[in-house]
Amino acid sequence: MSRPDPEMTSNPPTTLFQKIWDAHTVTPETVERPAVLYVDLHLIHEVTSPQAFAALAQRGLEVRRPERVLATMDHSTPTTAPLADGSWPGIDPQAGRQLATLEANCRAHGIELFDGRSQDRGIVHVVGPELGATWPGATVVCGDSHTSTHGAFGALAFGIGTSEVAHVLATQCLLQRRARSMSVELVGTPPADVSAKDLILAVLGTIGVDGGTGHVIEYRGAAVEALGMEGRMTLCNMSIEGGARAGLVAPDDTTFAWLEGRPKAPQGKAWERALDAWRELRTDAGAAFDKRVQVDVAGLAPQITFGTHPGMVMPITGVVPDVPGEARELEYMGLAPGEPLQGRPIDVVFVGSCTNGRLDDLRAAAAVLRGRKVSPKVRTLVVPGSHAVRRAAEAEGLDEVFRAAGAEWREPGCSMCIAMNGDFVAAGRYAVSTSNRNFRGRQGAGSRTFLASPATAAASAITGEVTDPRGFLTEATIHA
Amino acid sequence: MPEPLTVVCSRSLVLPDQNLDTDQIIPARFLTTTEREGLGRFLFADRRDQAPWTDPRAAECKILVAGANFGCGSSREHAPWALHDFGFRVVISSEIADIFRNNALKNGLLPVVLESAAHAALLAAPWQEIEVDLPARRVRAAGQEYSFEVDPFGAWCLERGLDAFDYLLQQEPAITAFEEARA
Ligand code: SF4
Repeated sequence: MSRPDPEMTSNPPTTLFQKIWDAHTVTPETVERPAVLYVDLHLIHEVTSPQAFAALAQRGLEVRRPERVLATMDHSTPTTAPLADGSWPGIDPQAGRQLATLEANCRAHGIELFDGRSQDRGIVHVVGPELGATWPGATVVCGDSHTSTHGAFGALAFGIGTSEVAHVLATQCLLQRRARSMSVELVGTPPADVSAKDLILAVLGTIGVDGGTGHVIEYRGAAVEALGMEGRMTLCNMSIEGGARAGLVAPDDTTFAWLEGRPKAPQGKAWERALDAWRELRTDAGAAFDKRVQVDVAGLAPQITFGTHPGMVMPITGVVPDVPGEARELEYMGLAPGEPLQGRPIDVVFVGSCTNGRLDDLRAAAAVLRGRKVSPKVRTLVVPGSHAVRRAAEAEGLDEVFRAAGAEWREPGCSMCIAMNGDFVAAGRYAVSTSNRNFRGRQGAGSRTFLASPATAAASAITGEVTDPRGFLTEATIHA
Repeated sequence: MPEPLTVVCSRSLVLPDQNLDTDQIIPARFLTTTEREGLGRFLFADRRDQAPWTDPRAAECKILVAGANFGCGSSREHAPWALHDFGFRVVISSEIADIFRNNALKNGLLPVVLESAAHAALLAAPWQEIEVDLPARRVRAAGQEYSFEVDPFGAWCLERGLDAFDYLLQQEPAITAFEEARA
């Protein structure tokens, strides 16, 4: 047997995912044992953390690296203004206890918390990036499946269960099997009037809700590189809707420009050193992926879901397809194959969530709503993803655009994305929502959800029916 | 600490729907709890007034047979907590979502993935007696035997009633060494 070529063995081409994995492996995996993987940033919120802190208390354990944990209140917080002491009047008592539990746990363990008084509070996946806490090449976890959002920065970011939240609190590590790698390449140049939300819905329509199961997706192609950070976050956010463990975009100058100067980003000399390391973070030419998919996005029309999972998606100009095995799901939605969705009356519009609750998303909705009125038949809720988003939107006068159009402008939180905080869609009612899940009952028991982009949601609010936003966009707004 | 899980025999409760997500397993409005016990009463809360849940045999079932892509969506561990609290010890499907599978293994709930013909046979025969033999990696039903694979570490913990947390805590020296090497 000939000796292996040292050039080849020392530097085989590897994927970005593999590089981040290797750099965080404390103990490699074997057939019998998973790897021990180090976690750089651990985000927590009120819903999936109380039982984890209880597990620590039961074992008499401390939080190993409180400085690597950030906590926020988002899922069950009302979108009305809190009192001066940071509490919400009239909050459901059990939700109030859950928030108080998070506060007590963070105080006891020295964890930074964005509570009702904090002007940095917001949805966990909006707050982390905007503070500059999500770094390229880092490992990021949270007891929340949309942690994949942070992959937009070239971080390996994924959702974990509450038992694992306890594991990370106590050891800063996770027991993990390495996922397989998957390349999703967007081919072609999408029209200027479709958004990142339309792109990811089109991807989900192609790979299906389980196409990414067991895989970490890397989104590639010029259409991905052309996206700003907010669009990349929208893209990576819904990776879990394809069943993937995580979604990644290789960091580039767009990433670095967005991060520079943010409070939790490296500063000064450390920034320069970080940049040198981050520029190395890309998939080598010739690296093998376990699975490859191409999605043609040239000429893409705005996308909208018609069913009860995000893979049941179609161009807004189309008709409801006859999907084998999904008849009961269409029945739940009150739809029949062959029907168009355009023109279908709706009851609620929700603009917000960790998918589409950032400044760019609010600008896109405002561009459609400016100088127009929402239909009196539609309740329109606009919920910024964080206080920072709220402040930036208000500085541009977007709140005035929404109010003048007859929409409600609310305080930040998850709101109608998960319907835990009192904001919900009533049984049998239809919502056009910019969130990420159209599951049965997700937006309230019996609710029916059409997932779409902020522009589609805003256009539908105006007409009171499912509406293609392209007729509402002027040259000026498209290229703004 | 979960009880050791080796061989489970019971009638099967069959939910043929595909893509049963964790929002359906336990809707978000029940997630304001700070406890992990007693969630069985909220299991499939929006469907409990329908078949098969209304059948008196449902309460005795330890084995759930569900359509493809079970447990997709939210990472909420409340889903396996609710299934376990209701009495389930095994979930069988042709595909089980990643986070749910991880969570199940840590909570005394065995996720079994069968190839599609075996899965279809079990889906077609609700309430039949099934034996799931974890040490042998076998499912037996109606005179047939089907093999399955499971993560060896997860199975090792389940069979002994061990908590993966204890194993991770024992890795402390390696974790400290890793942190020092990076500093
Ligand atoms: S906005 Fe929705 S998806 Fe995002 S973290 Fe909140 S509940 Fe989860």
